[in-house]
Amino acid sequence: MRVRAQMSMLFHLDKCIGCHTCSVACKNLWTDRKGAEYMWWNNVETRPGTGYPTGWEDQDHYKGGWKRDKDGRLKLRLHSRASGLAKLFFNPALPELDDYYEPFTFKYGDLFDSPQGDQQPTAEPVSKITWQPVEITSGPNWDDDLGGSDIYAANDPSMNGIDAAIRDQMSEIERVVFNYLPRICNHCLNPACVGACPSGAIYKRAEDGVVLVNEDKCRAWRMCVAACPYKKVYYNWSTGKSEKCILCFPRLETGQAPACAHSCVGRIRYMGVLLYDADRIADVVSMPEDQLLNAQLDMILDPWDDRVVAAAAAAGIGDDWIDAARRSPVYQFVKVWGMALPLHPEYRTAAMMFYIPPLSPVISSIEGNLTRLDLPDEREDFELLEDLDKARLPVQYLANLFSVGDEEVIRKVLRKMLAVRTYKRRQSVDGEISEATLALLKAAGTTPEEVEAIYKLTTIPTIEDRFVLPPYHREMSIETLNDPLAYKGATGFGQIEPPRRGA
Amino acid sequence: MNNLLFVVFPYIAATLAIVVTITRWRRHPFSVSALSSQLLEKRKLYWGSVSFHWGITVILLMHLVVLIIPSGIRFWNGAPVRLYLLEGTGIALAVSAGVGLGVLLYRRMTNLRVRAVTTRADMVVLAIIAVAIITGLWTAIGYRWGSFWGTAVFVPYVRSLLIFQPRPELVEALPWVIKTHVLTAFVFLVAFPFTRLVHIITVPFGYLTRPWQKVIRLSREPAVYHPSSKKLLDRIK
Repeated sequence: MRVRAQMSMLFHLDKCIGCHTCSVACKNLWTDRKGAEYMWWNNVETRPGTGYPTGWEDQDHYKGGWKRDKDGRLKLRLHSRASGLAKLFFNPALPELDDYYEPFTFKYGDLFDSPQGDQQPTAEPVSKITWQPVEITSGPNWDDDLGGSDIYAANDPSMNGIDAAIRDQMSEIERVVFNYLPRICNHCLNPACVGACPSGAIYKRAEDGVVLVNEDKCRAWRMCVAACPYKKVYYNWSTGKSEKCILCFPRLETGQAPACAHSCVGRIRYMGVLLYDADRIADVVSMPEDQLLNAQLDMILDPWDDRVVAAAAAAGIGDDWIDAARRSPVYQFVKVWGMALPLHPEYRTAAMMFYIPPLSPVISSIEGNLTRLDLPDEREDFELLEDLDKARLPVQYLANLFSVGDEEVIRKVLRKMLAVRTYKRRQSVDGEISEATLALLKAAGTTPEEVEAIYKLTTIPTIEDRFVLPPYHREMSIETLNDPLAYKGATGFGQIEPPRRGA
Repeated sequence: MNNLLFVVFPYIAATLAIVVTITRWRRHPFSVSALSSQLLEKRKLYWGSVSFHWGITVILLMHLVVLIIPSGIRFWNGAPVRLYLLEGTGIALAVSAGVGLGVLLYRRMTNLRVRAVTTRADMVVLAIIAVAIITGLWTAIGYRWGSFWGTAVFVPYVRSLLIFQPRPELVEALPWVIKTHVLTAFVFLVAFPFTRLVHIITVPFGYLTRPWQKVIRLSREPAVYHPSSKKLLDRIK
């Protein structure tokens, strides 16, 4: 057992309101620069939809992630080593700018400088690359809230395998349904971007698992962009270097949550440490498809287990990190309650950001005049057990996103969430819990104590509950690299070269 | 004049190429990049980049082979069929590189997005290579069987430069087209460290053998090292 720690984020999709505050916080902090305008290290997509860049899940087209060959060996979908070198001059799988969008701004100056005329002056849109007028035809959120549209929803790769009748029903005007999917880099355990980088410029930090691009070693071969199945590595067209989400490591190192998580209005994001067994990564990611998800979750270790603690200590993980792992809200949701899943585990990168799938909108009426809130005791389990498959957001769709198509995994999670909902409603409406409700909890595989704990961490967590950040001891690491006094004099920026494009 | 162009200039060019490249590599590693513009334009790049790069790479390697084993080339050219084959291949590759370069040049000048990232240095680089390809083709076609007589002219000349006993008289009497071709090689060397040409030496052959994954650990033990100490560099590797 080789224990390593991972800073992991958890997204409670049932709480996401799709406000894009996370994206804006990230943009203002990291990508508001020339060459990076089109990058959204954090973006929020409407699902069903094609996302950003358009159709990123279509791996036949973009060749992202790993695949298992006939002999059970793991291979990059993008290339073998030799063919990777042969494609240096041109990489057919690389998305083009139009797959994202052409960044634009408006000529606001015209509003002030235009000569007097009969009409109000307008601010014409211009490209932020060429500075010529452009017709804006797409943007990072072009399909926002267009869940039922036949352009976006119908072309969602995760809709594959969903019954035509259900598809039609999902796009019916009064049944249109969508949910939001915020995405950042998944800081995978088996990152395809690292595997594909010919220069070896991308690496995973051992201490917290953040995947970073060494900009000094990046040579613009841009294989990482194509190889990442989540399309979360971006090519800066101005500096000629690849860039990606850095999990706000400068914030983590100073005890703050990443900007996207910290600014989250719906408070859907949780941060915490997960311990995992690095020896098992290679085996896990080459499992047959139906065992992938469980194998990946099994790799995450129990921080209360004495053997794990001993191995962690041997691997140089400090007591404070083990303590943080024990208090980690991500560990609670993922392992203890079994409610959170990685996005597209079939890409075999062992993504380490987790999602709690969303419930469908509350059913206001079922069969005739029966309304949901007045559901009599004997029909209490209706939504939970009978109607889950009739939910407006098909279970199969969520299974395509989070569990390699295994619907039972999703049903288990949704049942637990519905049990919490029903239990707390009975508690606050009736003031007491009936036998039927308790039976319901049992059917959902949970207990009143667990329900209360889930409720507390879901609905009324404090910022300390949501973000359990371990101390990084950066001062010690700095001492290994620099003379502390010299470092102090340079306020930490002594060696940085301005990111200018090389000739 | 001849001494200046074919003795002094090559040495200055080579010195610049070596010294500036090393300095740039160590001091400004961020600036070393192939500066791909595929993100901005893909279709024309395919036709330009692939034919240009493969053409020019193989041609340059062939030049190198001639320099290293001229006797081998002379032996190969012993049979006329093999000579035709070699020269034909060379011309085909040069045409491929030339056409590719033309497409790239056209792309740089017409595509607005690509023009936004085009610097004067890029145009200089394209111009140098264009002159090299044109004069090279001219030599190959106009002054037949360069791979044959070249081993008796260029090889001793370049070798004389390499052993610091220059013999510029070897190239003195050549027609101006061929002289220009030789000179572009030295101009190329001058431009090399200052432009994107430097990406040539970044070809990542290490990728063939490196492990798929890369995990870097910073030691947690507090210790003070001088920033340039060897031990420290080992540590962060």
